[in-house]
Amino acid sequence: MKKTDVIIIGAGPVGLFAVHQLGIKGLKSVVIDNLDKAGGQCIELYPDKPIYDIPAVPECTGEELTKKLLQQIKPFNTEFFLNERVEEVKQDKENWIVKTNNKNELSAPNIVIAGGVGSFEPRKLAVKEAEKFEEKFLFYAVKDKEKFKNKNISIFGGGDSALDWALELSKFSKIHLIHRRDEFRGAPHTLSEIKKLEKEGKIILKTPCQLDSIEGNDKINSITVKFDDGKTEQIKTDIVLSFFGLIMKLGPIAEWGLNMNKKTIEVNAENFETNKKGIFAVGDICSYPGKLKLILSGFHEVALASVACFKRARPNEKYRFEFTTSSKTIQNRLGKK
Amino acid sequence: MPKITYKDKDGNSKTIEVEKGLTVMEGAIQNDIPGIDADCGGSMACSTCHVYVEEKWFDKLPKAEDAEVDMIDMAYDPKKNSRLSCQLIVTNELDGLIVTTPEKQS
Repeated sequence: MKKTDVIIIGAGPVGLFAVHQLGIKGLKSVVIDNLDKAGGQCIELYPDKPIYDIPAVPECTGEELTKKLLQQIKPFNTEFFLNERVEEVKQDKENWIVKTNNKNELSAPNIVIAGGVGSFEPRKLAVKEAEKFEEKFLFYAVKDKEKFKNKNISIFGGGDSALDWALELSKFSKIHLIHRRDEFRGAPHTLSEIKKLEKEGKIILKTPCQLDSIEGNDKINSITVKFDDGKTEQIKTDIVLSFFGLIMKLGPIAEWGLNMNKKTIEVNAENFETNKKGIFAVGDICSYPGKLKLILSGFHEVALASVACFKRARPNEKYRFEFTTSSKTIQNRLGKK
Repeated sequence: MPKITYKDKDGNSKTIEVEKGLTVMEGAIQNDIPGIDADCGGSMACSTCHVYVEEKWFDKLPKAEDAEVDMIDMAYDPKKNSRLSCQLIVTNELDGLIVTTPEKQS
């Protein structure tokens, strides 16, 4: 089991800045996130959208902000556990033990939950028979495209992922691309490629329609789609791929015995500690009187929480408030000479 | 203040007064109307504030911009009268608006 000072759950902007605030105080932290990269909503929901309310940064995109934060915390060589979701949190005397879905176990006196609205997961198809085929004949992501050779593949979605995989997989499989409206959203080049392959008969477009049912027992035999005018059509299908983006699910956090208020965790606004000693919540996931869901508020919250983390991680040391401009200790930790 | 009616799929409905300038989503969140999640807080990034707008009202609304329609693609069970309630700003003209929440948001 890995021991550290602070386990940070969530690699969004607030989780990343937590690494910084803890790091300059000499605390070691690790970061766990269910996405395959750092950045949270900034990178997943609005990488290209400009943000205008980061102090002293008149304008930057979600992706730029993430890059800058990663650069800012580079001196601390923090370990990231990506593609992992925290499943279980339990107490062991003064420490907390965290277990992930990847069977990693970590121990620390402090947990900082910077979980936003929860972990990102693929948005699933609504028909109830979808579940029994999932991960066998129905997928929300393509991991190994070898599996998709010489098949009848029905792809759902109208955005980049659906279009890109339709193009890629049409090289060796028969593709139906199904979308609820006639218009697709993708790069102009991608759209013209799709048109070309449609003419060649390699991709068959079905619009405007949606999935009505999936037929088959041990495997998928066909799917039925329903058009806007009420007509239905059965399409011979071996594999279904669905690309409707990601949603945020609070997940197991609700079961850790924390005082919750709707989907947020109640904290005191002095140090952002929850009702459990040593578990802190910061950023969009915490609630207290006057809470604003702003990135800048999250930065303030981790600064204060990091002081409380220090006191628990170093009970025999006195906490000294220091400025980065004048503290030689902090400058050393940041690798500045 | 304009009155907005929120119905659920079973026909239960609640009518509340929503201050002009707020969005239909904010009206729901501030008044604990179930069925609207608004995970992203109104930045048109998640589609969990998806509603169906009663037909006679649908055409009276300002048209959805492309980004909203793209997000509705991602919503649970989108229909022709689907909108994101975070993009519907309450005005006097919308007094009496009726929206129905989908079976679920995700």
